[in-house]
Amino acid sequence: MPSDAPDRDTAVAREHAVSFTLNGERVRCQVPARTHLGDLLRGTFGLTGVHLGCEHGVCGACTVLVDGRAVRACLMLGVQAEGATIETVEGLSESGRIRDLQDAFHARNALQCGYCTPGMLVTAAELLAECAGEIPSREAIRAAISGNYCRCTGYHAIVDAIATTAEARAARETAE
Amino acid sequence: MSTDPGGLTFLDRPNSYIGRSVPRPNARRLLEGRGVYVDDVAMARLGHVAFLRSPHAHARILSLETGAARAMPGVIAVVTGRELAEVCTPWIGVLGHFKGLRSAPQHALAVDRVTWVGEPFCAVVARSRAEAEDALALIAVEFEPLPAVVDMETALDPGTPAIHPDLGDNLAFERVLDVGDVDAAFRDAACVVEETFRFGRHTGVCLEPRAIMADWAAADGMLTVHHSFQAPHMMQDILAKHLSLPEGAVRVICRDVGGSFGIKVHIYPDEMATCALALMLKRPVKFVADRLESFQSDIHARDHRVTARMAFSAEGDILAVDMDDLTGIGPYSVYPRTSAVEANQVVNLTGGPYRHRHYRARARVVLQNKAPTCQYRAVGHPIATMVAEGLVDLGAARLGLDPFAVRERNVIRDDAYPCAGVSGIKLETLSHQAALAKLKAMMDYEALRAEQAALRERGIHRGIGLAAFIEITNPSAAFYGVGGARISSQDGCTIRLDPQGGIVAAVSVTEQGQGTEAIIAQIVATATGVPIEKVRVISGDTQATPYGGGTWASRGAGIGGEAAWQAGKALRENVVAVAGAILQADPASLDVRGGAVVDAATGTERMPLAELGRIVYFRPDTLPPGVQPEFVATRHYVPKDYPFAFTNGVQASYVEVDPETGFVRLLKHWCVEDCGTVLNPLLVDEQIRGGIVQGIGGALFEHCLYDADGQLLNGSMADYLVPMAGEMPDIAVAHVVSPTASSEIGAKGAGEAGTAGAPAAVVNAINDALRPFGARVARQPVTPEVVLEALGLI
Repeated sequence: MPSDAPDRDTAVAREHAVSFTLNGERVRCQVPARTHLGDLLRGTFGLTGVHLGCEHGVCGACTVLVDGRAVRACLMLGVQAEGATIETVEGLSESGRIRDLQDAFHARNALQCGYCTPGMLVTAAELLAECAGEIPSREAIRAAISGNYCRCTGYHAIVDAIATTAEARAARETAE
Repeated sequence: MSTDPGGLTFLDRPNSYIGRSVPRPNARRLLEGRGVYVDDVAMARLGHVAFLRSPHAHARILSLETGAARAMPGVIAVVTGRELAEVCTPWIGVLGHFKGLRSAPQHALAVDRVTWVGEPFCAVVARSRAEAEDALALIAVEFEPLPAVVDMETALDPGTPAIHPDLGDNLAFERVLDVGDVDAAFRDAACVVEETFRFGRHTGVCLEPRAIMADWAAADGMLTVHHSFQAPHMMQDILAKHLSLPEGAVRVICRDVGGSFGIKVHIYPDEMATCALALMLKRPVKFVADRLESFQSDIHARDHRVTARMAFSAEGDILAVDMDDLTGIGPYSVYPRTSAVEANQVVNLTGGPYRHRHYRARARVVLQNKAPTCQYRAVGHPIATMVAEGLVDLGAARLGLDPFAVRERNVIRDDAYPCAGVSGIKLETLSHQAALAKLKAMMDYEALRAEQAALRERGIHRGIGLAAFIEITNPSAAFYGVGGARISSQDGCTIRLDPQGGIVAAVSVTEQGQGTEAIIAQIVATATGVPIEKVRVISGDTQATPYGGGTWASRGAGIGGEAAWQAGKALRENVVAVAGAILQADPASLDVRGGAVVDAATGTERMPLAELGRIVYFRPDTLPPGVQPEFVATRHYVPKDYPFAFTNGVQASYVEVDPETGFVRLLKHWCVEDCGTVLNPLLVDEQIRGGIVQGIGGALFEHCLYDADGQLLNGSMADYLVPMAGEMPDIAVAHVVSPTASSEIGAKGAGEAGTAGAPAAVVNAINDALRPFGARVARQPVTPEVVLEALGLI
């Protein structure tokens, strides 16, 4: 609840123009100063795969890629998107870049309610990209996704699915 | 398990999907971010509501000045408790079969008195949530703080004021059970152990907060409610009652639900207020709890103090249990399930796996000025299991016996069923002995003990903890219906065969990620003989599914699944009857397999369902005279011969305790459980694993902390800890299969098992590690501080 009542209209609610690249498309919009990136992506662009779980940067459900790095959309203001390249689970799905990871999650039932899933996939995608063909240990996977809360699965299946994907990617690279 | 008319059992049907790890068909869209949760549903003219919530644990509202808020940009309405009460009637959370249970009338928005920090008492509806919150800040409230009842231990003291003066005191409910001759058993016992166990308050922390959007279409006389909820028909009934609408004027839709665990099956004041506001304003209104609101106003659970003792013979026979449970439930018993159920379950379940015949239990449920508590995953089970299993370990240690051996000695024998548990619960068929044997082999118990001993020599302190438990599943009307609650215990499934041979199945049980829709698809595909790819499942819509209870208390598969099986069989009979008439064959000689009518004896295809569908729907003129195809079938099911289908299991935990820091490292966890027929091993195992980690959360991390004034101290995810991936162990799961004979599919529930046993297994493991220090813990969550206190280091 805001406590800075008097000057609110003039400062925090003032709209600013931003332009950035969103899931491969150049976009432009007006955004109030106080609107975080998660609300901007959901509200203005209908990217409802960006899930808001805590809006304190803890749960990880709103994780998106900003210039290739996993970022909490709730901890970044919309105006800070200026000039950035942003990818959400929708974009990653449409491009097919994480298809193998999604298949592994599906086969292993590494999701239940699905609310943490987009953020979990984005974080896992970043981990797999960083590993570049190396297979991370289960401990490394657990550490990497420790900023993404899941209340349903107990994490075991998620770790399995990420490990399976890493192994398959490594095997593919070896074969190539 | 009975045989179906085709001469084949449920498991043996050709092309059966039962027992196969079929991935969930509806999970794909969740993986692509295409789930539709309440906050994702777009609606024109939408108003967003924000609530003013009490900053006091207990206070009288002297005045409320809303003029400045009403003048703010974007504000549609400011509504006080008094104004809302003209549209939404109050409720009282009691049940007839809980004799003596008392509570007070509760309003959607508090009218003149607030009773916990976070109770809503005024609403602002605006064009955006941000604007609504801007306006909230301008509402001036004058409170007269009242004495707050915070500590449940003193809630019943004569000097403590009654939260609701009309009730006279703060005792909401008391139950006493006295079976056998407890005093004599303790008097004659070789060994008596006693402990006081404390169970901190925690809450569900669903990742998707509670959310509801209500749209009153005055022209249609229809209130459409999108709700993140487990029981749509219950919500429909209650909205109709308290908003004075006919049942048919309320439609509740539950699409994707981002976690529930029992949190989203209760009546919440802010959600009722949201629907009332939609009626008042004649436009859609949405409420999505933010995380602080979730911690302040989602139901909490546990908050028990149990003092208990157990009597043993010198050989290690459990002779008797005597326990006293005190629990604080907040200022109101929650509507409509009440807040007395957890304590009642503790009485019913404590010591449930064992053979002793002397048992005394008292449970007292007291009111206090904290957030209301109610049923959360594994209601009462983790408490009952901890109490009994903690005492079993204490007794084993005192008698110098192996804790595994003491359990093997005392569990009810697998050949003793059906029988009654000592609390009077009816047990159809359980498998404690088989489960213990399987667990012992799976964890290689002897080798683990040897490793533990060897490491102890090197100053590494590891512990092994065990927890046998029973679990309540498949509840009949005995749970709520007999007490007068309008909560359906029966469920239904309607199946339609479409022209191309596809199936649409509408079920009244609901999906929150467990895989309800997947197992319904498996069952329907198996029953009808249609490939699972051609089965679509509809759930979570009061206007589109049969009437039913929804998903809670581990009932989706066992009850909803049986309804689907019976509906599928009925449809198949209808199909072969029509096919027989067309093919001039005896319907009894036909079956449906792989999407075609076949000769039952040889499997030879006689007619694809698509051809049958074409004739039935588009050329009915060519059907033989007198043949009227009915390609829709509906069946309902409710368990009748047992009030509940009890299941059983046993868990083990292996931990390492650092005696200098008090940190506990979880090394490995095992669970063997028996949910009857395993419909989908992939889904069941993940239910168990998820449940275990939720149980570990309560055992080690999760705690709603209040100060002496009743202020919640940790209302954010940064302050309230939940299990994270890095701290959780890998979890091995196995099953014993004892199907219930109450239904043809033989499935019992599995949703509570993990949470029921995990805390006791982990805490027993910690105490096993601490045993050389002569220290033990009995207060959850077992934080490093609790361990260090036990070690006398702080």
